[in-house]
Amino acid sequence: MSALSRLAAVMRKETLQMRRDRLTFAMIIGIPLLQILLFGYAINTDVRNITTAVADEANSHLSREFIARLEQTQVTRIDQRVNTARDLENLLRAGKISIGIAIPPDFDRRIVDPERAAAHILVDGSDPTIGGIADALRNMPLSFDTGREKQRLEQIEIRAYFNPERRTPVNVIPGLIGVILTMTMMIFTAVAIVRERELGNLELLINTPVSSAELMLGKVVPYIVIGLIQLLVILLAGDLLFNVPVRGSVLDLYLAASLFIAANLALGLFVSTAVKSQFQAMQMTFFLILPSILLSGFVFPFDGMPKFAQYLGEALPITHFIRLTRGIMLREASLGDMPGAMLYLAAFSVVAITAAALRFSKRLD
Amino acid sequence: MTEQLAIKARGLSKQFGSLRAVDQLDLDVPRASIYGFLGPNGSGKSTTIRMLCGLLTPSEGQADVLGLEIPKQARELKPNIGYMTQKFSLFGDLTVLENLQFIAEIYSYQKSLRATRIDELLQKYDLTEQRRQFAGTMSGGQKQRLALACAVLHKPELLLLDEPTSAVDPQSRRDFWANLFRLAAAGTTILVSTHYMDEAERCHRLAILDRGIKVADGTPRDLQRSTGMSIVEVLAEDPYRAQTVINQLAVVASVTQLGMRLRILIPESVADPLGMVQSELARAGIAADTHTAEASLEDVFVAVTLKPERRAA
Repeated sequence: MSALSRLAAVMRKETLQMRRDRLTFAMIIGIPLLQILLFGYAINTDVRNITTAVADEANSHLSREFIARLEQTQVTRIDQRVNTARDLENLLRAGKISIGIAIPPDFDRRIVDPERAAAHILVDGSDPTIGGIADALRNMPLSFDTGREKQRLEQIEIRAYFNPERRTPVNVIPGLIGVILTMTMMIFTAVAIVRERELGNLELLINTPVSSAELMLGKVVPYIVIGLIQLLVILLAGDLLFNVPVRGSVLDLYLAASLFIAANLALGLFVSTAVKSQFQAMQMTFFLILPSILLSGFVFPFDGMPKFAQYLGEALPITHFIRLTRGIMLREASLGDMPGAMLYLAAFSVVAITAAALRFSKRLD
Repeated sequence: MTEQLAIKARGLSKQFGSLRAVDQLDLDVPRASIYGFLGPNGSGKSTTIRMLCGLLTPSEGQADVLGLEIPKQARELKPNIGYMTQKFSLFGDLTVLENLQFIAEIYSYQKSLRATRIDELLQKYDLTEQRRQFAGTMSGGQKQRLALACAVLHKPELLLLDEPTSAVDPQSRRDFWANLFRLAAAGTTILVSTHYMDEAERCHRLAILDRGIKVADGTPRDLQRSTGMSIVEVLAEDPYRAQTVINQLAVVASVTQLGMRLRILIPESVADPLGMVQSELARAGIAADTHTAEASLEDVFVAVTLKPERRAA
């Protein structure tokens, strides 16, 4: 009974302090909004209007038609015409263009000769996404009225399930929820204990009847509420600005998020018991955030990563959470479809908070 | 025996790496009294207090605090002690009232009596006007009163105060001690560490610590009587020259200048200390007014912290 009232006391105190700290409070709303705007508008893998130059040495009816078709795709924006392939190379090197299209003088003859390439696409390989676009250009179906119809390649039609228009925000925002929650939640608790240690509050607290577990839980619970508020901000912004749907159950999403938030807060607490200063706590948090962004499947497809990186990714709570959010929001999955992910998040939270409570001894030595 | 003793420690020691912070400390603190720890910084005062409340584990020895075995029963001890840290350790971003409420909740103070108790403390410790003020914005004296109010809120049997007055002005210190006497009179045992002589003098009993070792203990009166030193006071026109002359005497344990006065500690084994000083000054041609004096607590402190070869003479 008195344990519960002590827990309530710690929670009430944390909430009061959090409300007093204006900047932190502003960050609770500000960070998700800013991130969602940044990621939603700036990150776009659906690339268009790549600066392109053409060296049309054939200058024939066919070559002009070919160029017109390239322009129609809207992927390339041809804003320069030069005379030779050498000029294209110079422009590429100078970074003036990302793609150069070289059409040799014998283009008309090459196009009917399956042994020889009709044209060359010169690509700025220093940017990985542009290479992919060039691949797409190469596979562009070309059929010219040359009398002898070129044999058309068998075409594979791609149909994108769950995101038919292939809009980037739809793919990004479910993962972004995980990234934002990881960043804010972990930092909150990572500095929580160590700040009180630095301010001297801890020496007082550990001389009271409050137990380690009460102190740890009391610090975690108020932030779960904050995390859920952040989730609401992200979902609203995603819906209003980018029309990102939540096809599955919102309740499922909130349940998954609660567990995920708890996992991050517990991890943050563990960091807080391990470090000596707030500065170290921040360093440690960033050290953990980077793999959360890179290895979780948020940026790179999980299946494409080397095995070793996949194992690391599997250990991170965010990897499991992104699977859950993508499933619930886009594929209309329910929690029952992905019990493993939920189980992992729950187990992670319990282990981390236990480790934190054990590491945090009520002693100074 | 334990009934009258709030704290009984035997052979208490603490080793930090190669540093022996506290060495074989024996301690008997009677109930309902103010017991002082006097010693310079680094003498092991804080370490001892922290061991007694279970914050630090002793490397050797054992302690019995309020009938509980420490550190094994530290958990059971917590509800019965109040602790005031050297540094202000309440929450600066909470108000005075919120701090008191938090402490009341943490100690599970009976809910129906909580508000009354807090009002009583606000009045007693003169904080009623500051009740809505953030603790972090208060003066040193106010912070200290709040810290004491929080430490005694749950009416602990034992109060551990680690240099509670190091950050406050003399008036606040006087008021603070008036509060301590009131608490002791009501039955609270108080263990307080200090490096101020005037505070040590107010304690019922005290222990002098020097580099982790207890060099003396007893009532201030007893300590003053049993220094083993004679005190000679010299009032000279040129105290600095007089000091140089006196310092040349091999038997003199210590000379301290206090304005125009010199306070000289000479072992009791010397038969006529006053005559010795007078003749020495006369030989050097220094006009001075000399007389013997009672040992002050400061003299006690100087005497017991002397290097052994000087003490024995």
